[in-house]
Amino acid sequence: MHVENLTLAYGPDSPVVAGLTLEVPSGRLTAIVGPNGSGKSTLLRGMSRLLTPQSGQVVLDGQDIHKLPARELARKLGVLPQGPVTPEGITAAELVSRGRHPHRGLFGRLTAADDAAIDEALAAVELTELRDRPVEQLSGGQRQRVWIAMVLAQGTPHLLLDEPTTYLDLAHAVDVMNVVHAAAHTAARTVVVVLHDLTLAAQYADHLVVMGEGRIAAQGRPVDVLTEQLLDAVFGLQATVVDVGGAPVVVPDRRLAG
Amino acid sequence: MKSRTVVLSLVFAALAVGIALLSLSIGTSKVPVGDVVEVLLGGGRRGQRLIVLELRLPRVATGLLVGIAFAVSGALLQTLSRNALASPDVVGVNSGASAGAVAVIVLAGTGGGNISGFAGKVGIPLAAILGGLLATVIVGVLSIQRGQVDGGKVVLIGVGIAAAANSLVAWMLVIGDVNDAGRAAAWLAGSLNARAWSDAVPVLIAVVVLLPVAILFNRDLSAMVLGDDVASSLGVRVARIRLLLLIVATLLAAMATAGAGPIAFVALVAPQVALRLTRMERPPLVTTALLGAVFVVLADLVARNGLGWLHVGPYELPVGVITAAAGAPYLLHLIGRQQRGR
Repeated sequence: MHVENLTLAYGPDSPVVAGLTLEVPSGRLTAIVGPNGSGKSTLLRGMSRLLTPQSGQVVLDGQDIHKLPARELARKLGVLPQGPVTPEGITAAELVSRGRHPHRGLFGRLTAADDAAIDEALAAVELTELRDRPVEQLSGGQRQRVWIAMVLAQGTPHLLLDEPTTYLDLAHAVDVMNVVHAAAHTAARTVVVVLHDLTLAAQYADHLVVMGEGRIAAQGRPVDVLTEQLLDAVFGLQATVVDVGGAPVVVPDRRLAG
Repeated sequence: MKSRTVVLSLVFAALAVGIALLSLSIGTSKVPVGDVVEVLLGGGRRGQRLIVLELRLPRVATGLLVGIAFAVSGALLQTLSRNALASPDVVGVNSGASAGAVAVIVLAGTGGGNISGFAGKVGIPLAAILGGLLATVIVGVLSIQRGQVDGGKVVLIGVGIAAAANSLVAWMLVIGDVNDAGRAAAWLAGSLNARAWSDAVPVLIAVVVLLPVAILFNRDLSAMVLGDDVASSLGVRVARIRLLLLIVATLLAAMATAGAGPIAFVALVAPQVALRLTRMERPPLVTTALLGAVFVVLADLVARNGLGWLHVGPYELPVGVITAAAGAPYLLHLIGRQQRGR
C-alpha cells in the first residue's frame, strides 16, 4: 500500500494534508502519531475511502482505491473509524458477523466460512466466552476489542484503525494493542494505526510515522525517530526519551510552579 | 434470521389472519366465522357474500395493507435516522401527504358531491405522494450535516414541518366548502369507513412493489446501523441506498395516507414493539410489517364495534382515534427514554 502526493481537505478550506507521500511496509504494524490537528486521522480517512482526495492517489495492490468497486475494496481493506457507535441490543457475535458483509450475497444464512471467520476473530480478541453478551454491557476495552474483531472477521489483508485506544485506561489500551500487534504479525496483515500515546506507539510499531501540520515530519524505526529534538520540534514538548528494552519511552519534563 | 424473529413473525401472521376473519364476521349483521371462510372460498349465501365480500373485505384488506405500509415506512425511517421517534407520522411525511390529499378534496371538490373520477382516483394518491416527498426532502436536506444524518435533528425539523403542513390543512378546511371540509376532516382522523377496492388497490401495489425493495436492502441496513463510516468501509454505498430507502419509506407512508388517512402512531409503535420483542438492534422489516397489519385491523375492529359493545349506540369511531389512544402513551414513554439518554 502506498500513498502518492495525497492532498486532503474538508470543503474549500486550506488542505489538512498537503501533497503527502508514504510507503506503508507490507505485513507490518505502522503507527501514525502527531499533535492534535496534525492531520493523522484525516490521512487515515483519505487512505480508506471515507474522504475523497483533492489530488493524489492511494494505491493498493497496484490499483487506485478510488477506482475499485466498493465491495472489492471492502474485501481488501478493513477500516475501524474513531469511536464507532454501538447499536443498542446487538450481541458481540452479531456485531462481529457484520464484518462478513462484503463476502456475502443478498440472501441466505452465514456460510461455514463466515462462521469460521467470526469464531477466529472472537478468539483473536479473547472474547469467545462473551460472544452472546450485548455489547453495551461490556467494558470499554472489551467493546473496542469486539469492534476490532468485526474488522478482523472482514478478512482483509490490509487494516486501518483510527485511535483504537482512545478513552481506554492503560491496561485496556495494552490489551487492544496486543490484539492489533498480533493481527499484523501472526496473520501477516498490513496494519496502520493512528495513536495519540507516543510511548504505546513506540512499544508496538515496526514503522513509526510522525506527522506535523499535514506533512510527515519523520518516519522510520521508533528508536530512530522518537528523539528529544523531534518532540520539541513537532509537539513543542520538552521531554526526556529513555530507552527501555529497545523501545523509546517518553518522559515529559515537569515544570512545577514555585 | 434468528428463530425468535421467525416465530414472532408467524405469530403475528396468524393473528392478522385471525383478527381479519373476526372483523369480517362481526358487525351489525353477524356472519359466523365458518360462513366467512366458506364465502372466501367461493361458497356461502348471496346475502352473506354481499356483506363479506362487498362491504367488509375491502375495508379489512385496506386495513391490513395500510398497516403494513405505515409500519415498514416507520421501520425504515427509524433505522436510517437511528432515532426511535423518526417515523413518518412524527417527522411530517404523513402531514405533507395529508396536505396534498386535502388540497385535492377541498380545491377540486364539487361542493359536497363526490370528487369527479380522475381527481379522486389518481389525484388524491398523487397529491399525497407529492406532499409526502416534499416533506421528506425538506427534512432530509435540513438534517444532513457533512454527509451524515443527525437523528435528533430529523425529529426536531420533522415536527416543525408537520406543524407547517397541519396549519396548511387547517387553512384549507376553513376556506373550503363546508361539505368538502367535513369529508376532509373525517378522512384526516384516519378512517377505514366505507373503503372500496379502489382504495385498497393503490396501497396493494405500493406494498407489493416496495416491500420487496426494502427487504432486498435488509443486509445493507444491518451494516448501516453501525454508522455511515463503518458501513461504507464494509462496501455499502451508503448515500445511494439511504436515498433510495428514504423514497421507499415516503412512498409507502404517502400511499397509506392516501388510502386511509394519516392513521396515527402505527408507523411509530409497530417497529418499536417488534424491535423489543425480537430483541434485535433494529426493527425487523417482516415482523414489523405483520405487527402493523395486526395493529390496524384490531384497532379498526374496536373502532367499528367498540361503542356498540359499550351500548353507547351504533356509532363508529375513526380507526385513527383508537390507534392514537393506544399509541400516544407509547410515544411519551419513548420520549422519556430518550430524555434519560437510553
